[in-house]
Amino acid sequence: MAELSVKHLLGIKYLNENDIQLIFETADHFKEVINRSIKKVPSLRDITIANIFFENSTRTKLSFELAEKRLSADVINFSAAQSSVKKGETLIDTVNNILSMKVDMVVMRHPNPGAGIFLSKHVNASIVNAGDGAHEHPTQALLDSYSIREKLGDVAGKNVVIVGDILHSRVALSNIFALKLQGANVKVCGPKTLLPKHIESLGVEVETDLRKALNWCDVANMLRIQNERLDISYFPTTREYTQQFGVNKKLLNSLDKEIVIMHPGPINRGVEITSDVADSKQSIILNQVENGVAIRMAVIYLLASKIK
Amino acid sequence: MSQKVLLSEKEINIILHRLACQLLENHLDFKDTVLIGIQPRGTFVADRLTKILKEKYGVKEIKLGFLDITFYRDDFRRGDKTLEATKTKIDFLIEDKKVVLVDDVLYTGRSIRSALTAIQSFGRPSEIELLTLIDRRFSRHLPIQPNYRGRQVDAINNEKVKVLWKENDGEDVIYLINK
Repeated sequence: MAELSVKHLLGIKYLNENDIQLIFETADHFKEVINRSIKKVPSLRDITIANIFFENSTRTKLSFELAEKRLSADVINFSAAQSSVKKGETLIDTVNNILSMKVDMVVMRHPNPGAGIFLSKHVNASIVNAGDGAHEHPTQALLDSYSIREKLGDVAGKNVVIVGDILHSRVALSNIFALKLQGANVKVCGPKTLLPKHIESLGVEVETDLRKALNWCDVANMLRIQNERLDISYFPTTREYTQQFGVNKKLLNSLDKEIVIMHPGPINRGVEITSDVADSKQSIILNQVENGVAIRMAVIYLLASKIK
Repeated sequence: MSQKVLLSEKEINIILHRLACQLLENHLDFKDTVLIGIQPRGTFVADRLTKILKEKYGVKEIKLGFLDITFYRDDFRRGDKTLEATKTKIDFLIEDKKVVLVDDVLYTGRSIRSALTAIQSFGRPSEIELLTLIDRRFSRHLPIQPNYRGRQVDAINNEKVKVLWKENDGEDVIYLINK
């Protein structure tokens, strides 16, 4: 029987194609489970999971918590804002204290890239990266690919454009890894200031004309402008950004085909996409949220099966 | 490893017809009864029984579902390998219905215990029965017995009962394998 090749989910970079297929197949089963009237299974009743969030999050945290509870795991939540981290405690001390309470798995979000990797080398528990700075956000990329597969039947051979702030986006990097691994063609599109140098070395093409990118693609993954990370000015005004890289209904209707619109959330309505696009039939944003729970259940289930 | 034929195609056929008749005796028109084949191998038995009941005994409609019990098993993390799920397909309500769980081999009873937990996710049945093609006697870990049994077998622990089906394995035959 198949199993994951990794003990931790630190990034898509560390997975292989079989891992992704196994996660998707397992998520298919969990999707059936979460659509029942009783959405819970007892698989993880002897597992304790700590959700450690050093950075704000709504949907990822809720999604993980729901996934864990639907697998019957015991869950403890930790938010750095209300913790001893404020008193100067180190990451390892914080996590070791939590692990002393017999925690088997840690789901961690951290503002520093590589925090999960660092932690996995120092503690015994299974680590799931729920976003580390501008590095990776593997479960988001998995649920994005899973949603594309669900909508278009397959990921291989599809043209996907990732639009927006590629420079600061962990979602973009993880998505590039995941999509390329599954055989999709990937372009990135955004202001030159928000495109990392040498991004082509990851096997993606760069496009700065949104209309051209949309005409090429089957799927447009619109990223959020991360105002909290824009310490310097990368574009003159939000209004100008929206004019050049925002998608509205008029633009979509002017294309000679129907493309799929995705967004990892939270949406800046009227900036990356307008409300009539976000709420349109072409948008699979809410499917992404639903699939997020199934994907996270699959990841946790598969990793937990390796805990002895 | 040696193997001997426990039941031939003809014997399996006779047993399936007998089990179908026993089900018919208790459930008549199957209006309030649903058959649930336990994944992966109980589904073949349930499928065959449904066919016989419809084609030979004129039962008009039988609700047939397939139940995967992977996420309800009590040996998660106890084996070497990850437990891999199969498909659950129950597209009807089982609330207040008589449920007949169908499996190919009853061994320790742990799968049936898991199935009893899993089935509760689909509502509260009025009663649950168990039908099994092969009942391995003296090997139960839990106090579970079938209501309908095809053949009772005294298999010792290093023996394995292997059920093959035409639609999946090319032939209908049941082997007793000595490992």
